[in-house]
Amino acid sequence: MQENTRRLKLIGVNMTFTAESTNTSRLKPLGGIKIEVAGQAASSGCESSGGAGKASCGSAAGPADMPSEIWEKVKNHPCYSEEAHHHYARMHVAVAPACNIQCNYCNRKYDCSNESRPGVVSQKLTPDQAVKKVLAVASEIPQMTVLGIAGPGDALANPKKTFETFERLQQEAPDIKLCLSTNGLALPDYVDEIVKYNVDHVTITINMVDAAVGEKIYPWIFYNHKRITGREAAQILTERQMLGLEMLTARGVLTKINSVLIPGVNDEHLIEVNKAVKARGAFLHNIMPLISEPEHGTVFGLTGQRGPSAQELKEVQDACAGGANLMRHCRQCRADAVGLLGEDRSDEFTQDKVDQMEVVYDLEKRREYQIKVEAERQAQHSAKEAAVAMAQTQGGLDMKLLVAVATEGQGKINQHFGHATEFQIYEITAELGNITTAFIGHRRVDLYCQGGYGEDEQLPSIVSAINDCHAVLVSKIGACPRDELKAAGIEPVEQYAHEFIEHGLLAWFNDYRARIARGKTEHQPRGDAHIRQGAYLAA
Amino acid sequence: MAYKIVSSSCTGCSACEPECPNQAIVEKNGVFLIKPEKCTECIGHFDEPQCVAACPVDNTVIIDNSYPRYAAA
Repeated sequence: MQENTRRLKLIGVNMTFTAESTNTSRLKPLGGIKIEVAGQAASSGCESSGGAGKASCGSAAGPADMPSEIWEKVKNHPCYSEEAHHHYARMHVAVAPACNIQCNYCNRKYDCSNESRPGVVSQKLTPDQAVKKVLAVASEIPQMTVLGIAGPGDALANPKKTFETFERLQQEAPDIKLCLSTNGLALPDYVDEIVKYNVDHVTITINMVDAAVGEKIYPWIFYNHKRITGREAAQILTERQMLGLEMLTARGVLTKINSVLIPGVNDEHLIEVNKAVKARGAFLHNIMPLISEPEHGTVFGLTGQRGPSAQELKEVQDACAGGANLMRHCRQCRADAVGLLGEDRSDEFTQDKVDQMEVVYDLEKRREYQIKVEAERQAQHSAKEAAVAMAQTQGGLDMKLLVAVATEGQGKINQHFGHATEFQIYEITAELGNITTAFIGHRRVDLYCQGGYGEDEQLPSIVSAINDCHAVLVSKIGACPRDELKAAGIEPVEQYAHEFIEHGLLAWFNDYRARIARGKTEHQPRGDAHIRQGAYLAA
Repeated sequence: MAYKIVSSSCTGCSACEPECPNQAIVEKNGVFLIKPEKCTECIGHFDEPQCVAACPVDNTVIIDNSYPRYAAA
């Protein structure tokens, strides 16, 4: 259909969406009021402590402290489970272009063809087209277990299209979990429908709980047939968001709260937001950096409102949860993304291509494939635990530092430095003789190595992206970037190629502390790092 | 008069379409347009024209002076 081939670009409408987990090591409901699900209280989620390799969200039975109903909901969800994202894929269908609020980090009118940011899609879909696309992707990618509607506007500002899509998918692809993302303004009106269509997970973008902060973020809302501006608009929005969250919690729907960190506007305030959503039973809190460039044409882009540095982001995240309950792995991806974490296969499933596909939705085939995926996941989980247990040592100096890792998946250090489009960042903490590792986020970089040749002009930007790290663990690295990294004070490490990440981290750390003890290395503090703007783009 | 949508500014987001009390807004080639003969400028329905209030892009839904001002019956 012609109207659907026109490129629709809506930017960052509610940046919500997709938080794909890279390592949701610690999954716990945020606490506060208990979620009643089927008569059981879900007071905590699945928890893991990174490097110690204890119970992670990857065990088949599910952690003992989590009701099985909740575990069933999160275990194969790439956004909610640490290990799941390596094995299970998600997709979004862009059936919801309209929005009912305006955010200063969003520009609805944008015309660059190379856009790849949250809220940006290349084709909007009718529910009919969306269902066909989901069935096509599900047949082609049997590990696709999660379908979300995230925009590019607001899922609940397009209730007819959103719920029609869900209704049909429930019938035609009953094994797929459904999610939606919303700014919360219309949420209280649709809680019944969310429950009716078995929507498992709802993400609400909550950037403030105080209208004085909110009026700096939201210029207007459209509510009860009126455009409302200023503090009144922000007041209505926050009241609706809190009410909607409480209603979902009361009905046992898992919720994730996304917050955009806007330095100088809501940075410290997000600690209040964290408390407020915790008290209302939110399952996860995801704090994301503002994406703001002048060329995006957003209000914040034009007024020069900058995004946070890596250190600023980490400080707020640490202050909010002390490492637990927080999701640190949001890729801020598009409202039409398809595939595993860190990959976008949407180009394979454009409307033209989907139209030509012969789609047979084979539930049994999908189930068989997923059993294999699950077995592989278990094997990896056990191997990782064994490797980590061997690398654990006691004693030594207390310290805390960051390490970057290049990985293509399988939980291993298995990527060439020059092939990395992002690095995973881990924090190693040695405290009172006990060492732990925790995933704290990822950093996007431009590809250094293209067609076998290193692009030297890319190197400084890579260094600045991981400048807060003491080392970078890779499968291999060329001589030139190796020297550059060393000069910048970042240790390039190839020695643990193809080992499990946590094993490599601990082994390197033991070696590092041994070198310090022998006086061969001096432990120096690192500086801040730059967060690259724009959503992840698969090369 | 009636309202009209500047098609070069329209993102095709559809926010206006369900708000119109007269079903005067239709989609064509991925963008939306207002059928002027159906537009009542929301007079008698709402305090403000709904398409103008809902549109996310400034100066995209504007008054069309080539039509006489709507007079409520």
